[in-house]
Amino acid sequence: MKLLFEKGRNLAEPVVIRHYTALSRLNFGVDNGFYPLGSCTMKYNPKVCEEAAKLDGFTQIHPLQPLETVQGALQLMYELERMLKEICGFSRFSLQPAAGAHGELTGIMMIQAYFKKKAQKRTKVLVPDSAHGTNPASVSMCGFESIKVKSNSRGNIDLDDLKEKVDEEVAAIMITNPNTLGLFEKDITEVCEIVHKKGGFVYGDGANMNALLGKCKPADLGIDIMHLNLHKTFSTPHGGGGPGSGPVGAIEKLVPFLPRPLVEKRGQSYEFDYSGEDSIGKVRSFYGNFGVMVKAYTYLKAIGPDGLEEIAENAVLNANYLQSKLQKHYHLPFKRRCMHEFVISDRHMPNNVTANDIAKRLMDYGFHPPTVYFPLIVKGAIMIEPTESESKETLDRFADAMVKIKEEAERNAEVVREAPHKMPVKRLDAVKAARELNLRWKQ
Amino acid sequence: MASPSDKKYSKEHEWCKIEGDIAVVGITDYAQKSLTDVVFIELPKVGQKVERCKPMCSVESVKSVSDVFAPVSGEIVEVNTKIEEKPEMLNKDPYNSWIAKIKLSNKDELNELMDSKQYDAFVEDEEKKD
Repeated sequence: MKLLFEKGRNLAEPVVIRHYTALSRLNFGVDNGFYPLGSCTMKYNPKVCEEAAKLDGFTQIHPLQPLETVQGALQLMYELERMLKEICGFSRFSLQPAAGAHGELTGIMMIQAYFKKKAQKRTKVLVPDSAHGTNPASVSMCGFESIKVKSNSRGNIDLDDLKEKVDEEVAAIMITNPNTLGLFEKDITEVCEIVHKKGGFVYGDGANMNALLGKCKPADLGIDIMHLNLHKTFSTPHGGGGPGSGPVGAIEKLVPFLPRPLVEKRGQSYEFDYSGEDSIGKVRSFYGNFGVMVKAYTYLKAIGPDGLEEIAENAVLNANYLQSKLQKHYHLPFKRRCMHEFVISDRHMPNNVTANDIAKRLMDYGFHPPTVYFPLIVKGAIMIEPTESESKETLDRFADAMVKIKEEAERNAEVVREAPHKMPVKRLDAVKAARELNLRWKQ
Repeated sequence: MASPSDKKYSKEHEWCKIEGDIAVVGITDYAQKSLTDVVFIELPKVGQKVERCKPMCSVESVKSVSDVFAPVSGEIVEVNTKIEEKPEMLNKDPYNSWIAKIKLSNKDELNELMDSKQYDAFVEDEEKKD
């Protein structure tokens, strides 16, 4: 970047404006272009949600204000919870967790509290090998041992391996459905049954809920407790664009352990209910990321129940359209119809061009790179989640760029290996950056 | 690279060299290649009890964080703090960059490990699968 001014000097307005405008142009977000970052659901964030969150009635209130003066805010939380309950089929939700991993931790703490209350010694939690890394981390944070369950050749949980590993010491299994390969866990009801029979719970990681919206309720599949990512599924900005929100919903049996307070409606008024001696307590200061709740509420109200179903349909349609276009050119490890995302790999790429090289080259074509090297069970994975917001034209342009990169890898591999060429910086030395971490701005 | 014949190998790509009742443990060349550039290692603690085939410590590369499994059960008696400062040694010289020394609690487990010839054949099979 060019140094535009010297320290300590008084600056004219245009100089300052140009400096910050230049900085803003270096940024890339969903408002700039296609952002198929697998597992992150980078869908478009409608501006009406921002408008709602900016209303004075929401921004000019304080969490310690007398409740009778913030009834609107409480009503919004109450109704948001009601909508989430309807979507998932759970008895109650806590809106406190600040993001997905925080929701996981909350859920596992609740399961732990449940077994403590029942005086049952359960030390293990099962986690499929395709899971997000946050799953085993949440398990370890609570002091459980995380036990890996294998995937089978179809990319689903291996039932034989599950049966071998499940016993009376298993507190829960953590499941993402569709899983991180973008594949529906076809045996989900059987998985739940196997774990339930041994007295364990099924924790649902809601990261991929976009694929199921309005189509099926997680509780109906046998899931007992689950977090949602409002910032993914319900389209509030994230990834540097805003904080997250990871509400946790649970079946009746686990409701006593949910964080308190919950919002209750008594007559015509709303209040916080702090009762419940089994609650794991608060997991967040005050009541959670309220601004995010306003945006998710607005989104849900604007979309409506039919729109919700359409989201899932279009997210799945878009992913399958792209998958079928790309599988002619790239290795597809699991040859099945996908849900809302899919995973290809850099296997068979000419001249040892890697997933990382492809990702970097995509930036030159104006796209945000997909997720690479995840899930871990696919070597050289490239995970693509187009979301429902994208048009066929955008998907075609992206597919064309991918095909072109494959051709470049064959004929002129250097151009891919040394990408990006059009960005403000060249290929960064990720190894040096990780080994000699330096986050300070120096003049 | 053919693996050194003075060591024994696990299916999780750790090597161990037996010195009396001590196993000197590190990761293999295949392991470092699949990890890519290692940027951080979290060493086990001296005195820590480890179990065969269970995680004993973790290594982080620019791509991912991976567990290093204990090839044998026992107690950690020494750790190599030099590779903590220079984790790139695991890439540059994997067979001379030991991670920890484990005091064996069950010598019979050594029979479960592969010798260098068996391990090279095992790696060849893994590479075919990839």
